[in-house]
Amino acid sequence: MINLMLITALTLFGVAILIALVRIILGPSLPDRVIALDMIGVNLLSGIAIISVLYQTKAFLEAILILGILAFISTIAFSKYLERGVIIERKRKR
Amino acid sequence: MSTVNMAIFIPFIAAMLIPLVYKKLPRLHIGWIVLVIPTFLFIRLACYIPTIARGETYLYTAQWIPSFDIYFSTYLDGLSMIFGLLITGVGALVILYSIYYLSTKESLQHFYIYLMLFMGAMLGVVFSDNIMVLYVFWELTSISSFLLIAFWYHRKGSRYGARKSLLITVGGGFAMLVGFIMIYTMTGTFHVREIIAVIGEHKESHLFLPAMLLLLFGAFTKSAQFPFHIWLPNAMEAPTPVSAYLHSATMVKAGIYLVARFTPVFGGEAVWFWLISGVGLFTLFWGSFCAIRQTDLKALLAYSTVSQLGMIMCLFGIGSASLHMDANIEAVLYTQATFAALFHLINHSTFKGALFMVVGIVDYRVGTRDIRKLGGLMAFMPISFTVAVIGSFSMAGLPPFNGFLSKEMFFTAVLHVRKLDIFAMDTFGILFPVIAWIASCFTFIYCMIIVWQTFFGPYRREKLERKSREASPGMLIAPVTLALFVVGIFFFPNVLGDYILKPAMASVFPSFQSDNYLRQPISPWHGFNTELMMTIGILIIGTLLYMSRRYWKGIYNLVPDSWTLDNLYNNTLTQMEAGSSFITSFYMTGYLRHYLLYMYVFFILAVGGVLVYTGAFDFHMANDAPINSYEWMIAGVVFTSAIAILFAKSRLTSIILNGVIGYAIAVFFVLFRAPDLALTQIVVETVTTALFLLCFYFLPPWRKENAEPRSKRVNLVISIAVGLVFILVALSVKSGKLFDTIAVYFENADELAGGNNIVNTILADFRAFDTMLEVIVLLIAGIGVFSLIRLKAGKGAEKIED
Repeated sequence: MINLMLITALTLFGVAILIALVRIILGPSLPDRVIALDMIGVNLLSGIAIISVLYQTKAFLEAILILGILAFISTIAFSKYLERGVIIERKRKR
Repeated sequence: MSTVNMAIFIPFIAAMLIPLVYKKLPRLHIGWIVLVIPTFLFIRLACYIPTIARGETYLYTAQWIPSFDIYFSTYLDGLSMIFGLLITGVGALVILYSIYYLSTKESLQHFYIYLMLFMGAMLGVVFSDNIMVLYVFWELTSISSFLLIAFWYHRKGSRYGARKSLLITVGGGFAMLVGFIMIYTMTGTFHVREIIAVIGEHKESHLFLPAMLLLLFGAFTKSAQFPFHIWLPNAMEAPTPVSAYLHSATMVKAGIYLVARFTPVFGGEAVWFWLISGVGLFTLFWGSFCAIRQTDLKALLAYSTVSQLGMIMCLFGIGSASLHMDANIEAVLYTQATFAALFHLINHSTFKGALFMVVGIVDYRVGTRDIRKLGGLMAFMPISFTVAVIGSFSMAGLPPFNGFLSKEMFFTAVLHVRKLDIFAMDTFGILFPVIAWIASCFTFIYCMIIVWQTFFGPYRREKLERKSREASPGMLIAPVTLALFVVGIFFFPNVLGDYILKPAMASVFPSFQSDNYLRQPISPWHGFNTELMMTIGILIIGTLLYMSRRYWKGIYNLVPDSWTLDNLYNNTLTQMEAGSSFITSFYMTGYLRHYLLYMYVFFILAVGGVLVYTGAFDFHMANDAPINSYEWMIAGVVFTSAIAILFAKSRLTSIILNGVIGYAIAVFFVLFRAPDLALTQIVVETVTTALFLLCFYFLPPWRKENAEPRSKRVNLVISIAVGLVFILVALSVKSGKLFDTIAVYFENADELAGGNNIVNTILADFRAFDTMLEVIVLLIAGIGVFSLIRLKAGKGAEKIED
């Protein structure tokens, strides 16, 4: 029973990822795509969490944490790029 | 170390020491010291004459590369004796001449180093018994000749002539090397002695004919036979001593030596006979025909050398016929041709050397060697004139000079060859005496041109650069010595015949033991016979033609200039350059995408083609694990993003899609239970995305192509084919498991390495070496990026992201 629920949840996350992918491909503006990527990252994170429950293992918890951090960082990087054109700015004074 | 081996090495050692001596003794003309070497060698070799004449030979062997059957073995017999004496004797005279000819302002050390290299190499060619060693020295003669021709390298003509001679002679040398290797494959030995002994068993071998042809190709290019004679006239840009030494007496006779040396191997075959005598005869005709139109004395002499070499070659060809018959009385008639060839070989070296030196003196004293400007020098240069007359009349075949004897013997040979009833000679035999006679008429004409145009007629002071006067006595020693030989050999030919030529005949015809086959006495007067009539005919017809030559000179203009062999050579080179540059620029477009195209096409053809050809594409899906629904979905995400990247309208979209693929792959790692890989993949994917964004900032604005990637059909087809090949290979590999996995071993990681994480124990313990190198790769990449950024700092420090 719980297995079936977990697989269903996983499948639903997969559908969510596919929907987000549609947004990335069609998305009229770049911010749309970046947000969709962020969403994919979060969905993956949840998917990995469910998989680790399914597999009954703790081995993927680090992956979840890292993915959480990095999805955030990559979104920030994209946002910075969209706004300024550069990700890392130079210091004003050398 | 034996004396003959030393004879080869002494010139090389001398070549090494010359610069030292040159530095120590700046006042002295270095040639005086160099002169000692050939003189010494000549005397040493001459000491062997009596024993060689008794039929003894000397074989010395030193190891060089014994595992490849290459021994530094030298063999001194009658044939190599002739050449050895010519090389050292003429060499000594040429050096003596060059001492007076070249002033100390020239870079004399180079001249004598090259000359010594050449002399050593030439001695090596004639003394080597091992054909590989012979080939080494053969190429050394080509190279040293190249250096000597381009001695005045600031002249364009010298460089052209040197390059041309190198291309042609080295081309022939390579062919000869291949021929030698074929001989080795047939007989299993590199030694000429042993080859001669066992070649009889291999005459039916399919390599026999190719080996013979390649060897002859080498010999013909070196000895300037038609149509490879074209390098010799251009080689006349060399200093005159070089022309006298290399291009009349020694190097151009290396091919003749080769033919003589290999006559016991290949002689008696129809192809050998026809090629050598036919090509030789035609070269004789063509060289003498072309010589008449030359206006430069050295070019005239070059063509005359070509012609005379053709004559010697032709005689060797006729002589080889005697090997076809067993030792019967008929064979004597044809061995006489070889005897004549060897005799003329010596004669030619004497008179041609003398003539070149005289031309050099004229050039040196008058400042030109153009026969249109020369004339009336007899009164100013009586001794040079005498030498020129002796040399020219000998070349023309007039008594009382040695050329007369060899020309008579040549006529005897071509008259006899007409009656030869083998090799289809009954049909073509008549051509031999006819062509030989016509060629001799031309020879007579150009010999007269040398004498009359240079020394008789009006003296034209206004056309000459310097006031004419006789050369210094030192300069005249060498040509006068050679002229004395020319006359001396006429009066005492049998001394030469007994001591030098007979042992040489024995080495050309080792199967004929009796003296009768090897030597007949040469008599200056042999009665009124056909040969004498022919000579008288030449004298009459030649004189008439010489007198009337301005009326028939028009025939040289019948064939347009663009049809010459020189033009063929030049055009071939130009066409080859143009062709290769066209081919190269055709595929080396400079576009990376084209090169990638070649690589992928090659991959498809090589991997796919080979696997299809061997039938290795074989797979079955029976044992595969079932695929879950969420795995399908992730696969669908990867698939959709990958396709969408191709149609992305901006770079940023494709980067985002790329990120999607990366994250999806991380999920695959999770699904297939690889937590460490998943972790690393996520981190690397993020960093890569950030790096892509960094790169975009540096792309110049005008190149921001937001157009979709080129959808060329070719690219589509090739990418699909590459993908297919990859998939098929992967499937086939998966289906064809050959061995059990070795991963069982690593399951004991806890006991063996004290760690529970198998991946990490493998990375850091079982196979830590790979990890170390990967770390180094990262280090190198980091340093590379750092230095690239720093290097860029010099130009545009404003744009650094730090």
